[in-house]
Amino acid sequence: MLVIEDLTRQFGANRAVDRVSLALERPAMVGVIGRSGAGKSTLLRMINRLTQPTGGRILFESRDVTALRGAERRAWQAQCAMIFQQFNLVPRLDVVSNVLHGTLNRRGTLAALFSLWPEADIRRAVQILDRLGIAGHASKRAEALSGGQQQRVAIARALMQDPRIILADEPIASLDPMNAATVMDALRRIHEEDGRTVICNLHTLDTARAYCDRIVGMRDGRVVFDGTPEQLTRGVARDIYGADESFSEEATSTSIDRPPAVAALLREAEALG
Amino acid sequence: MTDSSLPPPAAAEAYLALTRRRRLLGGVLLALFLASLVAGWRVVEERSAGGFLDGLPQLLDFPASLVAEAWERRADLPRLIWDHVPSLVETINIAAVATLAGALAGLVLSLLCTRGLAPWPGGIWIFRRLTDVLRAVPDVVIALVLIFVLGGGPVPAMIAIALHTAGALGKLFSEVTEAVDLRPVEGLASTGATWGQRMALAVVPQVAPNWLSYALLRFEINVRASAILGFVGAGGIGYDLRNAMTFGQGRFDVAAAIFLLLFVTIVAIDQTSARLRRRLVQGAVL
Repeated sequence: MLVIEDLTRQFGANRAVDRVSLALERPAMVGVIGRSGAGKSTLLRMINRLTQPTGGRILFESRDVTALRGAERRAWQAQCAMIFQQFNLVPRLDVVSNVLHGTLNRRGTLAALFSLWPEADIRRAVQILDRLGIAGHASKRAEALSGGQQQRVAIARALMQDPRIILADEPIASLDPMNAATVMDALRRIHEEDGRTVICNLHTLDTARAYCDRIVGMRDGRVVFDGTPEQLTRGVARDIYGADESFSEEATSTSIDRPPAVAALLREAEALG
Repeated sequence: MTDSSLPPPAAAEAYLALTRRRRLLGGVLLALFLASLVAGWRVVEERSAGGFLDGLPQLLDFPASLVAEAWERRADLPRLIWDHVPSLVETINIAAVATLAGALAGLVLSLLCTRGLAPWPGGIWIFRRLTDVLRAVPDVVIALVLIFVLGGGPVPAMIAIALHTAGALGKLFSEVTEAVDLRPVEGLASTGATWGQRMALAVVPQVAPNWLSYALLRFEINVRASAILGFVGAGGIGYDLRNAMTFGQGRFDVAAAIFLLLFVTIVAIDQTSARLRRRLVQGAVL
């Protein structure tokens, strides 16, 4: 489905992403982990074509999306929705308008300028908001919402695009643990119920373990691990984060209170003790 | 965790009703705008009575004779330009002093009329109206009054431009200051710092790049204003230009030299200041 071949991005003398190759055969929830500066964001931004790769290519269903230009490139961007750490909503517009921005690729500029959205789209936007539990805030300004609510609006905008892939760049890094769990639950549900691929950058190991089927570890722009959460041993994790003997998974995290994850952590702690 | 107070169909209906109301309001406003546009067009057409179209062919007469005469006596141009450099320096000096004085006054005014920072919250309204008045009166009007009282020369022009600058920069500065982070101010207040210390050490470092950028922009505008004020007798290159133009046909080469000098100077100042402002706002160290 999605194949990445030798993808590279050079910033001056620094290689942010260095010959990364990945392949996804079927829809999955993939967690990309690594320290900050490991190239996770650049990788996601290149898949969405927000950042231009300096080498390599990305194939989606055997079509080279790195070669797309103009309208074709924007059509691809609509198919792989992006979710950002800082939400990137328009703060002064109401929640539904922000969600409706997900349809911009299909609408003309003039209609968008005068907010002439079709009624069916408005109903769908409210439906998506309801699915994420925030339909009650539909007519409020985006800036009036809490961080967790704003991130769910951003997810609603992504869903409004009806994308094949959702790219989430540190979606919970600006949220408190409870809101982080709500947002991660929403992303997991979207993957399970809609069968969409979710690629999620996380800097916390325990979140990746708890929510993802497959984990990709990056260090200094290169992929150093690619496998299931079970295959990710302490030694491998230590290598990804470039830490020494004293490394523990909790150190990467503000710890989300999700019962299975906590239980796993406790088990690990007992095994070590 | 659920935050929805309305069931989804109701929420959708409520939002659709809101959208319909907004569209109605937008439509009415658009109709009013178009109606006034058409009405205004009619009024202008009646008042001008074809004068605009009749005058159009003569529009290029003056520039044409200016260029023609300047070209005829092109050997003299460097000397003529050199002759007027002292008055250009006077014009730039008027602008520089006026910008400096106006910026300092604007700085104080902006702090006095920013909510959350003003030492006397009751005075905010008064200081805001004061900046409004300073900004509202055109510098040419102030200059004319001052020239009438004080006689011609650079001082009335300087005062006139400085007053207008204080009003304009006071407004722009306070807009920057309103967005300031108040936590450092509170931090200094907790150490027992005075108002002046809090402003100088907690506010100014945050806003200095934007303030400097606005002051530079104002300097550009003031160079042009100072040149124009010469026309009403305030000295500098504008005064020379008015004289040159009243010499009339046959002496337009002087006017051309001044135009050229003024044009090159203003472009040079605008370019330099634009580059400086870009660096300031991007946070680079000068």
